[in-house]
Amino acid sequence: MNLTREEERMLNGELGQGTQSAIELLVAIGDAYDAEKMIPITRAHAASSGQEGDLYFVELLEKGGAKCRVPTSTNPVYDIEFFHGLFEVPSDEAEVARRVMEAYKRVGAILSWSCVPYLTENIPLFGETVAFSESSATPYVNSVIGATTNREAAQSALAAGVVGKTPKYGLHIKENRKGTVLIKVEATLKDSFDYTLLGEFVGKQVGFGIPVLTGITRRPSTEELINFCAMSNTSGAVSMFYIPGFTVEAQTVEEAFQGDDPKDKIVVTDAELERTWKELQTADGKIDFVMLGCPHYTLKQVAEAAKLLERRKIHSGVSFWICTSATTKTLAKRMGYVDTIENAGGNVVVDTCIDEPCWSAYRDKVGMTDSPKCAYYRRFKDVVVAGLVDCVEAAVKGKYE
Amino acid sequence: MKDEEIRLKCHKIVGGYGEGEALVSHEPICFYLTDPKTGTVREKTHELAGKNLANKVLVFPSGKASSVVQIDGLFKLALHNLAPKAMIVKDVETVLIVSAVIAKVPLVDRLEKNPFEAIHTGDMVKVDAERGTVTVKREAI
Repeated sequence: MNLTREEERMLNGELGQGTQSAIELLVAIGDAYDAEKMIPITRAHAASSGQEGDLYFVELLEKGGAKCRVPTSTNPVYDIEFFHGLFEVPSDEAEVARRVMEAYKRVGAILSWSCVPYLTENIPLFGETVAFSESSATPYVNSVIGATTNREAAQSALAAGVVGKTPKYGLHIKENRKGTVLIKVEATLKDSFDYTLLGEFVGKQVGFGIPVLTGITRRPSTEELINFCAMSNTSGAVSMFYIPGFTVEAQTVEEAFQGDDPKDKIVVTDAELERTWKELQTADGKIDFVMLGCPHYTLKQVAEAAKLLERRKIHSGVSFWICTSATTKTLAKRMGYVDTIENAGGNVVVDTCIDEPCWSAYRDKVGMTDSPKCAYYRRFKDVVVAGLVDCVEAAVKGKYE
Repeated sequence: MKDEEIRLKCHKIVGGYGEGEALVSHEPICFYLTDPKTGTVREKTHELAGKNLANKVLVFPSGKASSVVQIDGLFKLALHNLAPKAMIVKDVETVLIVSAVIAKVPLVDRLEKNPFEAIHTGDMVKVDAERGTVTVKREAI
């Protein structure tokens, strides 16, 4: 890779060991992909996780004196204070989380602890070059916003935030943003849960690729797009997709395929979505808890949950959780939604996600969620997956029928 | 019959040197689905299920699964000195590169011959990522 003088100085350690470790990682990635050079980025999102591999790298950088050169937001970990007393968190795991959160602070990251930072805390514009890890963030930023990012790991995104650059490869090159498979949607997409199932199905079918979706006639909402992104990039590796007419980069199918004929075509009918939904279930009947907010609920989703819980009580045998960002909870509190949910016996929790050790008390329990991603990473025994309305009904009744 | 030794060129991704017995997987690998305290593959449906990848030279097509779990998986193996000695892959992706850098495991690709034909499980393999060479030694039967 051709490095500038400044990049050479970083690599030689002249700008500190932390920056050196960061650029070493970027050079390894650049060499692997035969990148010709580095290109500047304007922002990054590090999918911090509060696990040991994460801790090692962020401490390596910050102890070496590194500071983020561009705005770099962070993913959920968990608030140890909040969970203390509620559940037993193994003390060694809690210590890892505490040190991770400290280290991201010292490296100068935006402490968003959110998996949807592109909505509020760290918003790219059309055409920006960025480095965003996290399953929903990568495809959302590429497809809905039209900035460019590769499918980053937490560490490569953090390294890019520290160096302020990323190797020029993959989705930073126009011809690599070409659609790879045509998805003809014949299913009726009523609500955001249908987009969840669509994402789950498309990710599984496509694996690694760039789907181009046709047949969608109604403009998808922000939440529907978030769900499609999160699920298709978990059940598969979909870093980018097109819905010509609704996503920004290509206005027509031809443009999305850059003039080529699509090699593969997949048709999605209601039957495929129904089957996808059924395959997600590992239980029915009595549930122990409901877990919503994977990805983090938006303000609109928190409001919907609050409306469904007005003047109702959650069953005494069920814990009810909504995960969201601190920013969203602040507004939801101000608008009365949090009170409504808490009065019904539910909780709105910030800075965390189901894939964290703080939920270890649910290891042998049956959970219900509206997110297959939450089910996939589940740290609990069995799972029922259904839309928000069904989740709230089951929470009130204590069981899903 | 004499032992057979061949030397092949490769492309360095993560530098270093590692040697050991080859373990070949035709399926992608997720390191999170190995036991971090033994190196045994726990993924029940995987062709390596029950096999141990600790200190082996691992030959496989690519990594799989989300960045968070993949990196943490290989890092935990490395913490217990149970990471592979080196990795030879067909297709690289960012997450596998980051995993190898963090766990300090030499990683190479673009072997001049098809790695699944040139290397068999049980061969003794030396990976010199810095020089871009892979040496395969097979005992005469």
